[in-house]
Amino acid sequence: MSDEDFHILAIDPEGQRHKVPALEGWTLMEILRDAGLPIKAECGGACSCATCHVYIDREWLDKMRRKSIDEDDMLFDQAFKVDEERSRLSCQILFSSEINGLKLTIAESPKI
Amino acid sequence: MVSMVKTHVAIIGAGPVGLFAVFELGLLDIETHVIDVLPKVGGQCAELYPDKPIYDIPAIPKISGQELTDQLMEQIKPFKPEFHLGHVVEELQELDDGFLIKTDQGLSLEAKLVVIAAGGGRFTPKKPPIQGIEDFEGSSVFYALKDRSVVKDKSVVIAGGGDSALDWALELYPETKDLTVVHRREEFRAAPHSVQNLKALEAEGKIKIIIGDIIDIKGEDGQLSSVSVRPKHDRDQLIDIDCHLLMPFYGLTMTLGPIAQWGLNLERDLIPVDTEKFETSAQGIFAIGDINHYPGKLKLILSGFHESALMAQAAFKYIFPDKKLRFQYTTASSSLQKKLGVRE
Repeated sequence: MSDEDFHILAIDPEGQRHKVPALEGWTLMEILRDAGLPIKAECGGACSCATCHVYIDREWLDKMRRKSIDEDDMLFDQAFKVDEERSRLSCQILFSSEINGLKLTIAESPKI
Repeated sequence: MVSMVKTHVAIIGAGPVGLFAVFELGLLDIETHVIDVLPKVGGQCAELYPDKPIYDIPAIPKISGQELTDQLMEQIKPFKPEFHLGHVVEELQELDDGFLIKTDQGLSLEAKLVVIAAGGGRFTPKKPPIQGIEDFEGSSVFYALKDRSVVKDKSVVIAGGGDSALDWALELYPETKDLTVVHRREEFRAAPHSVQNLKALEAEGKIKIIIGDIIDIKGEDGQLSSVSVRPKHDRDQLIDIDCHLLMPFYGLTMTLGPIAQWGLNLERDLIPVDTEKFETSAQGIFAIGDINHYPGKLKLILSGFHESALMAQAAFKYIFPDKKLRFQYTTASSSLQKKLGVRE
């Protein structure tokens, strides 16, 4: 399978579905941002702001690597509407062929 | 308190790029005042990743956000910039000969030029998605406290598990009627000594800790009476806690804020500039660092440093129109070395 066939399916906070081209070695946050989807990712991927929060679809959960302590810290301390099973920070997940076709939903940005 | 200050250049934003602008302007004898919403300097570097290493500062293989901030402060010391921290610039008015800046803390600053180095915008607290919370903000819900006497003999709830939450809890509890910390899990991310103090106070019965999520608030006419917490380990239950004052601490996020109202051209919340002077659509207002945009722009600290140097050259021509700008190296110029305090 060539790189061009890799993709993820992202549902934005408004419920719109997007099929987004994905590249191995990119983080999910970078893939979503590159596609122009609404992901703030304020700290630029340093696991320091929790503004790249996504919900992974249940059917993909067993393919995901475990969260680091840092990622867990940020989700619990700074994200809202956290789902203990499905919530992840998209800057902490590298795309690879094993998760080709991954489905996720982008969390709403925090209110200001 | 209203105070009026005059200066050459007002720099909005005390992140690395704003700080380095002080240096580049200072070398050209241009005085600066720096304004930032945060109570400390360093911007994102100090607020979001103080301990995380940065690897792409030229000639510095590895430096943390806080160290970079500290080094910049050391570097700009000879120029004695004035800092106005904890201020939000609310208004920017054009005068005949410069600009008038007004902050939410009552500062009025008259400057010949303005440099916007505001990065991703103004840091502001994340507001929890609790129905109706806006109705209580400023009267019963606070994201920071200026007047601590408002907690006296009140039931106070502090939400969060980081340093801000714990610092406020430890500081305020003696004044309150009772204080409860609500956090979503058993582990606290705050500094270990703060967590120890909190646990000790809980053991003494002086602070309550509830592990769960605030999902509802109740009250009337802006005055809270209780909050409802769903405990982490019993999702079907709801605990009502007496609460006159709620302080949520879920970190900060960034927003463009009042800059959007200053009449500048904007493109997707960024300020377009030219790449010679880094001037905005308004003459005398410059934008440098992450907040600006031009073809080929890269949001890197190093780009902001370059932009500072070129902006300073342009600023000189406005501030000292009759003087000839002399390009000098710090290695060779005795006059620059005198300014830096390294030569008598």
